[in-house]
Amino acid sequence: MNNPANTKKNRIIRFQTGLAESGQTTFNGLRNTRGLDSAATIFISVLGWTAIFVLIGIAAFLIQSSLRAFDEVGIWSMIAGSGWFPTSSNARYGFLPAQVGSIWVTTVALSACVPIGVLSAVYLSEFASKRFREAAKTVIEFMVTIPSVVFGLIGLAVLVPLIRQHLPVDSGLVALTAGLVVGIVCLPTIISISEDALRSVPSELRQGSFALGNTRWQTAYKVILPAASSGVFAAVMLGMGRAIGETMVVLMLAGNAGIIPASPLEAARTMTGTIAQETGEVVRGSVHFSVLFTLGLVLFVITFAINLFADMILERSRKKWRR
Amino acid sequence: MVTSPAKTDLPSKKDRAGRFVLEDVSVSYGNEKALEAVSFYIEPHKVTAMIGPSGCGKSTLLRCLNRMNDAIDNVKVGGKIMLNDKDIYQKAVDPVSLRMYVGQVFQRPNPFPLSIYDNVAFGPRTQGIRKKAELDQIVEDSLKKAAIFDEVKKSLKKHAFELSGGQQQRLCIARALATKPGVLLMDEPCSALDPISTGMIEETVQQLKESMTVVMVTHNMQQAARVSDTTVFLLRESMEEPAGLVEVAETSTLFTAPRDKRTENYITGRFG
Ligand SMILES: Nc1ncnc2c1ncn2[C@@H]1O[C@H](COP(=O)(O)OP(=O)(O)O)[C@@H](O)[C@H]1O
Ligand SMILES: [Mg+2]
Repeated sequence: MNNPANTKKNRIIRFQTGLAESGQTTFNGLRNTRGLDSAATIFISVLGWTAIFVLIGIAAFLIQSSLRAFDEVGIWSMIAGSGWFPTSSNARYGFLPAQVGSIWVTTVALSACVPIGVLSAVYLSEFASKRFREAAKTVIEFMVTIPSVVFGLIGLAVLVPLIRQHLPVDSGLVALTAGLVVGIVCLPTIISISEDALRSVPSELRQGSFALGNTRWQTAYKVILPAASSGVFAAVMLGMGRAIGETMVVLMLAGNAGIIPASPLEAARTMTGTIAQETGEVVRGSVHFSVLFTLGLVLFVITFAINLFADMILERSRKKWRR
Repeated sequence: MVTSPAKTDLPSKKDRAGRFVLEDVSVSYGNEKALEAVSFYIEPHKVTAMIGPSGCGKSTLLRCLNRMNDAIDNVKVGGKIMLNDKDIYQKAVDPVSLRMYVGQVFQRPNPFPLSIYDNVAFGPRTQGIRKKAELDQIVEDSLKKAAIFDEVKKSLKKHAFELSGGQQQRLCIARALATKPGVLLMDEPCSALDPISTGMIEETVQQLKESMTVVMVTHNMQQAARVSDTTVFLLRESMEEPAGLVEVAETSTLFTAPRDKRTENYITGRFG
């Protein structure tokens, strides 16, 4: 993302100031580093642009592969279609079951992990001792690296029987189960990004609040949380992106039913789950194949939008304290 | 050297201005002793300035007066600090109520990310005041006392960050005044400000002492000479030993006829 014209202009400005400050030696020094500098700039620019091209390439590939589905099924009957019968003779390719499934799983996941995650972040940033915080952050970073299939397994062994016993469901494999485990998968993301946001609030604000006779708790919820709200919100958005994209856990735990689930207590199937489940059996080049790409495109757009939005908010919250 | 304050000038019931008596106060951070054997008293309705080279424990001592040190890990305060005849480091003392009575203004303006109004109403709301009319009155009075009301009266809903640095600092003074403190602590309140804002704050301080006691840390000796009635000079003579109190005197005396050689050296600019 390095605009060449811009780099050049910067270099000229730096050149002049360097010369003005310390004369000829700087002049020589600058000449020498200049070649290296521009090589490094080009290298980094290439990498930057590569990432963007790959992203554009993926989008273009998804669109191109979806063209057949756009043409033969129609965008609207996919996005707003309520039936998913891809293999019947009268095939229907409605995304609603998968979309509603994703919504339930994500809603459950966020309702579980946002309060817990934000409160943990508040605890770590405002109350915990330095040693405990460091230890907890290490554990949390480790949690991010655990493959979600492991959480799926644990959910299968522990949560599924619990839900079957205590809730009015036929089997423990429902959207609620998957949602709770997805919530655990998202938890580390939400905790660590919220904690960063809370800690970036200048300590002068804490001092100011203590000096007005506020307790730590009052300070945390009246001053620090509002001040860090955009960062915490971004953490929630990133967690949401993660929840929507989670595949393995929902395949293992959501029950995989291709109908629109009326509540989280019903078996469901998500957008990610549908794609993962069906790419194995689908005929390459068929309409069904193309439809799965469209579903992938919808996921791509949603997660891309969420991440972009979260990033913008995060950037804004970082700028806020640069005075 | 500490003469005990005469009983006659104890604050009356209506008069909220606070009086401090410090007896042999020492502060350590972990194993390092920062301050030792500090004894003096702070009279009501006076501006007491604390001066001394940086690192001599001015902020440390100031933070003892409203127990803001409590939040720092490993800090230990020894000796006795009496506020209106009560030992503020006693177990029974609630630091929260202490801080409502002993307000503080910091070195860098630190308004909350809220509107001007909400910043000033913050303390009173913490004290449980909810009635809008009452809050309105407190906000207006506090902003007036901090000499910023005229500048912001039309835009009380404006975000505090939109104000200039000097205005933000006066807003922070108003915020501290809103809890109706009897003592106001100020830690180099003008060090981040331009001369005009500094002048306004110094003028404000002069008016504040009519209703309260002011303790101001400053590294600026001219400022101490201009605004204070009493000056306290702290000094840390070497890195190996803790800082201590060198001299307390009426400001005019301290600056014209210092008793201690080290004070004289400092005010004539020979070190620090
Ligand atoms: N939070 C702290 N933790 C450890 N040491 C501190 C802390 N604050 C101050 N000190 C030490 O106490 C001494 C006095 O500092 P301070 O009170 O800030 O001085 P001043 O305000 O006069 O510049 C310094 O040696 C400083 O390093
Ligand atoms: Mg200081």
